[in-house]
Amino acid sequence: MDYPSKLIEEAVAQISKLPGIGKKTALRLVLHLIREKEESTFALTEALNKLRSGIQFCSQCHNISDAEVCSICVSHKRDRSTVCVVENTNDVMAIENTSQYRGLYHVLGGVISPINGIGPSELKIESLLNRLNHGQSEVKELILALSPTMEGDTTSFYIHRRIKDFPVKVSVIARGIPVGGDLEYADEITLGRSIIGRTLFN
Amino acid sequence: MNFKNYEELALEFPSRINFLLGLNGSGKTNLLEAIYYLSTTKSFSNSSDTQNIRYGADYFFIRGFFTNTNKRSEVFCQIQSGRKKVFQENSRDYEKISDHIGKYPVVLISPLDVDLVKESSEARRKFFDQMIAQIDHSYLNALLEYHHALKQRNALLKLFAENNSIDYDIIDLYDQQMARSGGVIYQKRKAFVAEFLPIFNASYNLLVDNREEATLAYASELESAEFEAGLKSSIKKDLILQRTTFGVHRDDYVFGFAHGELKRLGSQGQQKSFLVAIKLAQVEVIKSHLGFSPILLLDDIFDKLDDTRIARLLRIISGADYGQSFITDAGPERTQAMVNELEIDCDIFSVEKGSIQFSSIK
Ligand SMILES: Nc1ncnc2c1ncn2[C@@H]1O[C@H](COP(=O)(O)OP(=O)(O)O)[C@@H](O)[C@H]1O
Ligand SMILES: [Mg+2]
Ligand SMILES: [Zn+2]
Repeated sequence: MDYPSKLIEEAVAQISKLPGIGKKTALRLVLHLIREKEESTFALTEALNKLRSGIQFCSQCHNISDAEVCSICVSHKRDRSTVCVVENTNDVMAIENTSQYRGLYHVLGGVISPINGIGPSELKIESLLNRLNHGQSEVKELILALSPTMEGDTTSFYIHRRIKDFPVKVSVIARGIPVGGDLEYADEITLGRSIIGRTLFN
Repeated sequence: MNFKNYEELALEFPSRINFLLGLNGSGKTNLLEAIYYLSTTKSFSNSSDTQNIRYGADYFFIRGFFTNTNKRSEVFCQIQSGRKKVFQENSRDYEKISDHIGKYPVVLISPLDVDLVKESSEARRKFFDQMIAQIDHSYLNALLEYHHALKQRNALLKLFAENNSIDYDIIDLYDQQMARSGGVIYQKRKAFVAEFLPIFNASYNLLVDNREEATLAYASELESAEFEAGLKSSIKKDLILQRTTFGVHRDDYVFGFAHGELKRLGSQGQQKSFLVAIKLAQVEVIKSHLGFSPILLLDDIFDKLDDTRIARLLRIISGADYGQSFITDAGPERTQAMVNELEIDCDIFSVEKGSIQFSSIK
């Protein structure tokens, strides 16, 4: 595409690097920004700059944090004996939104997938082992909450293998029929797994 | 419409046996290809759909009406450059186009088949995989799972080399995954060959003189080693080569005849007979699993087969238990003579530069 200005071309090139945004959408955003008041663009760039230079990862759970240790890890209201292992911050937010979980988290930063250049050492797995191995570790239960994909399963198996000698209980989130879902529309694998993983009715 | 060298063409094939006769380059193979497309959703010669659009045009479509014991269905395929492929059965789109495959089966016998003998084991695995997947849906899942685990394991071996460190715990997990799906693949391939072999032998004997012998054997490293143990014992080599050197992705099907290996010692005619017999056996397998006979496409098979074998082949496929067939030949006199001699009930069409004329009924 030919742009009337080098500046626009450069801005479009940068914005279209973002996931889910193509050149056309990027151009629409750029044209929108230059039509708006100057201040709103500067407010945006300032927020981005602050985000980038100020963002930290919690030294314990590796979740995104404003401080060295995140608000969940420092909270006295959380149950410190349970750690839920997730892929990324999105998952922490999703589980927090359920209001059903009061324990701590451990954010791996992805799942094992060598095709994408991610082996175990690229993830926060050693750090998880340190958390459990630590002399006065209070952790009694580890909940594996990874996506039910081949990669997620491989990662769960790997973690399980590495911690099998530690005195912690390991559980995995249930997989099955979505609430409000219709049995006959569930795919065979999901339905099969929910029959194998059935729970006592009470 | 606009398919390869056909600008517009409408034909009916009410007869079971159909000959397409015409000079080289007239469009005989292209017609078979159109039928093949409606069956498999793909071309057998061109890898990309748009390459089949007639030069200068920007789309093609093929519409076919299939009749199977009084049930008539319409299959429609349209390719337009820059648009999504349209593939419909009775005017309805498929959720996944691949769901169509296997509903209107065809078996193609063509000069390209010789790749099965000449090429690497990959070509043979692909051929048998397709055949097994067609009759056993869970086989395809095992294949997908296996190849996914294999790709991850190979990438992991590269990652180890880059990082200069090895983690046996994670290798172990991929070994388990490969052993699980690979074990299923091994069992199913073995069982399939056991089922296929007598059918193949019968087809071969019908086609060739009874005294000649043909063999087809499944060769797998799994015959001599248990899956995980095999992976473990090749790990040193794997780490150096950065790929997995044990498993069912290295399986082969060995074709042989009385004098040894077909690839090295068979004449072109012997190879051809062998391949025709494999395809006839494929027809039988489809027949026994689906309960009806596939359409048979025979492209230029008269080359390199001697007259007695051609006669035998024509007798086999005109048998009452065979489905419809389409047979091309560039030599009209030879075909006419053969048809007369064997008294085959058939339609003959003459093909000429993108047009096809009905020429006679025998
Ligand atoms: N996409 C295309 N558009 C127009 N003509 C094509 C296309 N692809 C192949 N052809 C023509 O089709 C002819 C080959 O037809 P084919 O069916 O292979 O002949 P044969 O009768 O020998 O089997 C060639 O003349 C070739 O130029
Ligand atoms: Mg041809
Ligand atoms: Zn934290």
